[in-house]
Amino acid sequence: MIRYVLLIAFVVFSGITQAAVKIQHWQTISGSKVLFVENHDLPIMDIAVNFPAGSARDTKQKAGLAGVTRYMMALGAGGMNEEQITNAFADIGAVLGGELDADRAAFKLRTLTSEQQKALQTFNTILHKPDFPDAVLQREKQRIIAGLKEDETKPDSIANKAFMRALYGEHPYALDEDGEVDTITALKREDLQSFYQQYYSAKSAVIALIGDMTEQQAHEITEQISASLPQTEAVGKLPEVTLPTAAVEQKTPHPASQAHILIGQPGIKRGDPDYFPLYVGNYILGGGGFVSRLTEEVREKRGLVYSVYSYFVPMAQPGPFEIGLQTKKEQATDALKLVNETVAKFIKNGITEKELKAAKDNITGGFPLRLDSNSKILDYLNVIGFYGLSYTYLDEFNKSIEQVTAAQIKDAFNRRIKPENFVTVVVGAQ
Amino acid sequence: MIGKSLNRKKLNNKSRFLAFLVIAMPLLAWADIQEFKLDNGMKVVVQEDHRAPVVVSQVWYRAGALDEVNGKTGVAHVLEHMMFKGTKKVPAGQFSRIIAAAGGKENAFTGMDYTCYFQQLEKSKLPLALELEADRMANLQITDEEFAKEIKVVMEERRWRTEDKPQSKVNEQFQAMAFTEHPYARPVVGFMNDLENMTAEDAREWYRNWYAPNNATLVVVGDVSTQDVLKLANKFFGSIKPHKLPERKPQREPAQVGERRAIVKAPGKLPYLVMGFHVPTLQDKPSTPEDEWEPYALDVLAGVLSGNDSARLNQKLVRDNPIAVDVGAGYDSTSRGREALFELVGTPSEGKTVAELEQAILEQVEKVKAEGATQQELDRVKAAVIAADVYKRDSMFYQGMQVGQLETMGYGWRLLKIYPEKLKAVTSEQIQAVAKKYLVKDNMTVATLDPQTIDPNAKPVGRPHSH
Repeated sequence: MIRYVLLIAFVVFSGITQAAVKIQHWQTISGSKVLFVENHDLPIMDIAVNFPAGSARDTKQKAGLAGVTRYMMALGAGGMNEEQITNAFADIGAVLGGELDADRAAFKLRTLTSEQQKALQTFNTILHKPDFPDAVLQREKQRIIAGLKEDETKPDSIANKAFMRALYGEHPYALDEDGEVDTITALKREDLQSFYQQYYSAKSAVIALIGDMTEQQAHEITEQISASLPQTEAVGKLPEVTLPTAAVEQKTPHPASQAHILIGQPGIKRGDPDYFPLYVGNYILGGGGFVSRLTEEVREKRGLVYSVYSYFVPMAQPGPFEIGLQTKKEQATDALKLVNETVAKFIKNGITEKELKAAKDNITGGFPLRLDSNSKILDYLNVIGFYGLSYTYLDEFNKSIEQVTAAQIKDAFNRRIKPENFVTVVVGAQ
Repeated sequence: MIGKSLNRKKLNNKSRFLAFLVIAMPLLAWADIQEFKLDNGMKVVVQEDHRAPVVVSQVWYRAGALDEVNGKTGVAHVLEHMMFKGTKKVPAGQFSRIIAAAGGKENAFTGMDYTCYFQQLEKSKLPLALELEADRMANLQITDEEFAKEIKVVMEERRWRTEDKPQSKVNEQFQAMAFTEHPYARPVVGFMNDLENMTAEDAREWYRNWYAPNNATLVVVGDVSTQDVLKLANKFFGSIKPHKLPERKPQREPAQVGERRAIVKAPGKLPYLVMGFHVPTLQDKPSTPEDEWEPYALDVLAGVLSGNDSARLNQKLVRDNPIAVDVGAGYDSTSRGREALFELVGTPSEGKTVAELEQAILEQVEKVKAEGATQQELDRVKAAVIAADVYKRDSMFYQGMQVGQLETMGYGWRLLKIYPEKLKAVTSEQIQAVAKKYLVKDNMTVATLDPQTIDPNAKPVGRPHSH
């Protein structure tokens, strides 16, 4: 019965032509890159402005500066105080969002089309005229420090920090986005001002828009955003990552009932030629939710964990390849051994054709789910624009997946993933 | 709400308040929902949405922690895990593999009021999801062997979710204290002792009792035709026999007379405070005008106190006079158990105590009682409701969630249509009135976290669990 349905469904699916989104792109007069998708289905607009102003731009002495700068921009700008800024958005139901990772700082705006002028006015004030009021900075520093101290007691936070430090050593990817108690304490208003001038440059900004606006409107909006950003030099590249040459194992005691285990190494860059073989391969190893080998071996067969996973985080420089799990500390050693054996076997023996087909079926068959909302498409625009991926990336996505072979996966994992040099962090070790 | 999820995302304070404004949104004219009932009593609700060639399918069972009995807490959630462990036709683990091969995403979650199973797929794959769901609604096989493995997974989940998270422990203690007779006192994930002593037969009993078409609602949102969905629902679910459900005894929490307090000690650095007051939910048949409008007034009150970063609690207690690093208010006007708490939570700033924070929060409550809310504040809550009503259209899954929750709780999805108008009608006087009536000390429960310095070599505290 089930097989029959599958067969029918497959025939239906193969008849579908994949119409991905139509991305328009251009550069503003001030040199910002723009990606735009016009869509009038809903009376809403989503805009994101991305800068190469993530925590990898921090120095060890000023760790946390990138995050504090981004955060503080919305807490006082153009003479408006934080209360006025929040209320300006709240009065019209607009939502200000944003994010920060090692590479990227972003501001996002979602608004009803009918309220776009007011929403954009406040949004632009934040982007163009941050005041970085000192009283607010002092208060926020206290809040951040309280959070950092709390994090020092949490096994997952302790493990993450230790893992990134061991993976990246002196490279800025080792720096915690939230900084350290000492570095946050030392931050001054001038640090934020100069960070903003240097890294929020119009020339390096990437603006993504989707929704209820015409191309003409998108041009006007993006020119306005771009024209009043700092007209400073384009931001340079991040330093190269040095790959580890020996295994590192760190065990930290913790009173929690579970041990938190992280295993991995620096992985791949965005646009890496091995990206697709590694992506499909990792789906089979530990990325494919309930059907991955790690979940099968560690959770389904033995009940050792609630969650075990592996993933690549492709970044401007090789981001982490990470395997993670939490398990009752009495059985942590056994679970860790099992994970290592599963990974070793995967690299040594490669995958079966059956596994490859299942992975491809899931990834290509699920493609429409990647683009089923404006907010998901916006995130793709951000990544494509910020990392300079091809504008046809989405159109070619399924083809790129289909072309991957079992031999390529085995080859890519053998060249790129070196368990003999893995970092292993166990917090809550017995 | 917890689930089979592999998601590693941390739960924060705000996760307590996921429900806030969740249902506070009406339907736009172009999005019509249609509702059917199959002959066996199963409900089918369809919302067409043609923006993308995808579909969301959710099967909701009216069975959650609310229906559990002492000694078997957590069984609703354990059964949810077991639902992936096979039928005669689809052996253990195959459900997930078949959906994955169809390009789908799938998972499930259990709450106090319900258990929900869902798939997200390219639209032509809907029949597959329905066929599989129908199969496990009627033909689940729970073997002792699969149960023995999966109960260990659930215990790991409890360790990760509750045992090692100080704030979760406070929340568990808080809930147990605020409710003395009502089953909302008990955690969805179950107590560790109950999990340790749970048997495969407990899970089978739960499945036999509650998994029936007459206790389920199918919600489908997506690029589908309503008539096609109805045909498919009939084809796959139509032949499943209904059965008599166990009697649901009325369970009411008696009025609280006098403050209740607890302190939880756990490793950590920052204290944490949860305060709650028993308040009404929306009623099926309001017998007085107050029954009708009070829940809406409480919802707007939560918005006035913490609807955004400039709302009173954050503006006064985090920004203007930083006594807290984090503070918020939450209320959910709907629940199947028809019981609710109005909650206030926060974390004091360094050098401030939970007692000082409690005092400061209560001062804000007193201010509302004395002065009500300003027109600007009311307008802001309304603006958020109007906008959110449009924004939610960007997520089919979320729209399905709203429908499924309301159906399962017994309000019906039509509540979505009137909710915003009711919120807009709330006056400052009504907000004052509910604050005065319910946010009083005799009706208050307070739980706090007393963080303990970590001794890295300490063993976990607590008595050994009996096996």
